[in-house]
Amino acid sequence: MTTIIFWVFVLLTVVSAFNVVHSHNLIYAALSLLLTLFGVAVLYIFLWADFLAGVQIIIYIGGILILLLFGIMLTHKIISIQITQLNMQRGAAGASALGILVILLWMIFKTPWFTMAALEPQGTVREIGILLLSDYLLPFEVASVLLLAALIGAAMLSRKTE
Amino acid sequence: MDILQNYLVVAAILFVLGIYGVMTRRNGIAVLMGIELILNAANLNFLAFAKFGGMNLSGHIFALFVTIMAAAEAAVALAIIINLYNHFRTINVDEAGQLKQ
Repeated sequence: MTTIIFWVFVLLTVVSAFNVVHSHNLIYAALSLLLTLFGVAVLYIFLWADFLAGVQIIIYIGGILILLLFGIMLTHKIISIQITQLNMQRGAAGASALGILVILLWMIFKTPWFTMAALEPQGTVREIGILLLSDYLLPFEVASVLLLAALIGAAMLSRKTE
Repeated sequence: MDILQNYLVVAAILFVLGIYGVMTRRNGIAVLMGIELILNAANLNFLAFAKFGGMNLSGHIFALFVTIMAAAEAAVALAIIINLYNHFRTINVDEAGQLKQ
C-alpha cells in the first residue's frame, strides 16, 4: 500500500514538474508547480521529515507560489493578452538536459552508496529546535539577517523613484 | 521503494527539468520556477541522505536553510522583475539587459 502511494506521488511530482517547464500558459505552470511542491512534501514525509514537509507547504506553497502568481498577474494584462510564452532553443536545451540526466543516472546507479540503517525519529520538531539554538545558532542568526536584508531590498527595489 | 536510489532518481529528474526550464524559458517568472525546481531537487537529496546516509538531522537543518534562502531569493527576484516590467514593459530576459534606461 505504501509502495503504491509512494509511486503515485513520484509520478505526480515528475509529471507536474514536466508541465511546469513545458506549459505555454504561465498560470497553468504555476498551478503545476503547486502540485510538484505538494508531491515533494509527501516525499519528505516518506523520508521521515515531518517538520520539513510542513515548512515546504507553508513557505513554498503559501509564500513563494503566491508571490510568483502575484508576479505573473502584475506583469501581464490578464484580460487583454493571453499569458502565453514560447520556449526557445528547445532542441539544444533538451539534448543537454538529457545528457545531464544520463550522467546523473549513471552516477547514481554506479556508486556504491554508503547507507546506514537509521532509527525512525519520534517527531523531528524538538530535535531541530534544539539543534537550531545550539549547534547551528550562527547560521540561524545569519538567516534572520538575510531575511531582513531581502525584505529591505525588495521594498527598496519595488518602490517608486521620483 | 525504500531505498536511497529511488529518491536520488526523482531528485535528478526534478533537477534536470529545472535546468531545462531555466535554459528554455524566456519569461523571468518562468525562469524563477525552474530555479525553484532545482532547489527542491537539492532539498530532496539532503533529506534522502539524512535518512539513508547517516546525516540525520543535519540534513534537515540544511534543507531548512535552503528553504529560507529560496524565500528570500523569490522576494528579491520578483521585486527585480516588477521593476524591470515598470521600466521596459517586458519581462523577457533576452530583451532586458539592464535595470536602468
